[in-house]
Amino acid sequence: MANLEYGSNEGLGPDALISMYRVMKRIRLVEEKLGEDFRAGKLIAGVHLYSGQEAVAAGICAHLNDKDWIASNHRGHGHFLAKGGSVKSLIAEIHAKATGACRGMGGTMHVADFSKGMMGANGIVGGGISLICGAAYSEYLKKSGSVAIAFFGDGAATQGVLSEAMNLSALWRLPMIFACENNLFSEFSHTSTVLHGELIARAQALEMPAIKVDGNDVVEVWRAAQIAVDRARNGGGPTFIEAMTYRMAGHVEAETGFLQGAQYRESSEVEAWKAKDPIDRFLKWNLETGKVPQATLQELDAELIKELEEAMAFALSSPEPPPEQAFQFMFADHEA
Amino acid sequence: MAKRRLIQAINDTLFEEFRRDSSVILFGEDVEISLFGDTRGLSQEFGPARIRNTPISEALITGMALGAAAAGHRVIAHLMFSNFMYTGFDSIANQASKLRYMTGGQVNFPVTYIAAYGGGKSIAAHHSDTPYPLLMNLGGINVVVPSTAFDAKGLLKTCIRGNDPSFFLEAGGRGGEMGEVPDEDYTIPLGKGVIRIEGADVTIVAIGSMVKLAMTAATGLNKDGISAEVIDPRTLVPLDEDMILSSVKKTGRLVIVDESRDRCSAASHIAAVVADRAFNDLKAPIKRVTVANVAMPYAPNLERLVMPSVDRILEVVTQLVES
Repeated sequence: MANLEYGSNEGLGPDALISMYRVMKRIRLVEEKLGEDFRAGKLIAGVHLYSGQEAVAAGICAHLNDKDWIASNHRGHGHFLAKGGSVKSLIAEIHAKATGACRGMGGTMHVADFSKGMMGANGIVGGGISLICGAAYSEYLKKSGSVAIAFFGDGAATQGVLSEAMNLSALWRLPMIFACENNLFSEFSHTSTVLHGELIARAQALEMPAIKVDGNDVVEVWRAAQIAVDRARNGGGPTFIEAMTYRMAGHVEAETGFLQGAQYRESSEVEAWKAKDPIDRFLKWNLETGKVPQATLQELDAELIKELEEAMAFALSSPEPPPEQAFQFMFADHEA
Repeated sequence: MAKRRLIQAINDTLFEEFRRDSSVILFGEDVEISLFGDTRGLSQEFGPARIRNTPISEALITGMALGAAAAGHRVIAHLMFSNFMYTGFDSIANQASKLRYMTGGQVNFPVTYIAAYGGGKSIAAHHSDTPYPLLMNLGGINVVVPSTAFDAKGLLKTCIRGNDPSFFLEAGGRGGEMGEVPDEDYTIPLGKGVIRIEGADVTIVAIGSMVKLAMTAATGLNKDGISAEVIDPRTLVPLDEDMILSSVKKTGRLVIVDESRDRCSAASHIAAVVADRAFNDLKAPIKRVTVANVAMPYAPNLERLVMPSVDRILEVVTQLVES
């Protein structure tokens, strides 16, 4: 089974590029603000930041619409925003407000917006994989042309449910994509110490098209995803994409507290990857190719900063959930 | 009206619900051929778009059911033996029971998990568990334990047409109990128990396959001049606490017969509810007739020893009433 081809830039015009830059920059601004606020003691819980991985969510979700599904993981803010979730509802949820995406019931690790096809971040590593496989099966049965994407990390690649899902989805030719964001860390363990062999080889063994891409290159991710999404929409079954990237932040912002100085990675490694920052790389590429006017991107930055400020103000001025809400939502048909 | 075994009633009901609503789908291991007979014949009439064998992958099946439900299907996931839910338990415990709550009610999960439970068949501990206490504790899953063919039909329809995850547990040994099942369409609400036998001296709450034992015991007790009321709660989540409390108010005595292991059993929960809310109505301690705190043995003589029996119910009730 040959590797998937890397695709072409056909169809990648200025609008698509601007749109992906918007998503990446929006995520980065949000994550940096959340990190800053956590360190300043302004958040109620630790956050798992997506900084450094933005190109993966942006490049894949660029091909999706609200009828397509994604399942995310504990590092889910980026997926939530890339799939169309609003900054306001995200920030309000993280601040446990009634106006949050989940009315303050899920919080940072569980943001969801089903109206946008975002089935939720998930606190269980690998927890979203089976859910999204079910969504893919439903769309397959309906012949809707909608597709379903499992976003998971290299940490989830060692969960058994991934093997089960890859087998069934290949066998049933489900319209889905396994989007593995290999950020080199399974929580606090370097993945090289817990994972054996090449991930894409597992997909290839199942005769599933598979490709390893530079996950910090949004254009490369976009190209690979275009082929995978087209294949899924047209009945060609699942694709496995391994996007090589790096978790610029820690596993969770609270870690400096509980690790008590223990190191699990070299600062030189972090620095080396900062040089491959997906947003900087996009800007550099754009400067060289002149695809999008610089002024357009600068205007966009200003808009995104304003958007975040407004979202912060909205979240902080929103009410807490009402007490009775603690006892709602367990069941649709009766009380808990 | 027809005489049907419990498992046949389930099979009939699945045919009816498949015909009634094209969004109902079913999948699981070997569901096309069907070990127990509950899903037999569906694949011939409805084909693979509605009912499909899955790989032996419980971790996937339990979660797929939720994803497909969120995307618009009404899903029945068949887990064969209830012990197999343990290999698929993440999606039951962490997802099915919590996602609606965690997302602030954004989405419903109309999923019915079907699984056979219980001992008495010499298939030993990996195929004989009665795991509803675990499910009851999860919070967000209906737990349905029909004892008759009539109830199996009405309750299964409620589960399939409902908007929440439900576990429909079938006591499928040798096809389950035989009973009258009307031909017409009907549903039975969750959380409504039924008084199987009216009585005055003692309340026996019996769950699922234990109902028949309790009724046999009640008939025997009656000959000894003890009037036992037998209550079948039919569903454990939600639980018809009012029916149990009213009965205890009348009889002053409570025995709970439950096929789960004693520690943290459904019986323990019911006992706690009654002790808490009807203590002053009680004339005697609450008694539980449950499975011993051991794994289910293979040898038939040992299996009989650890499971509730008519004799044990008779003994416990007699001592309780005479004390």
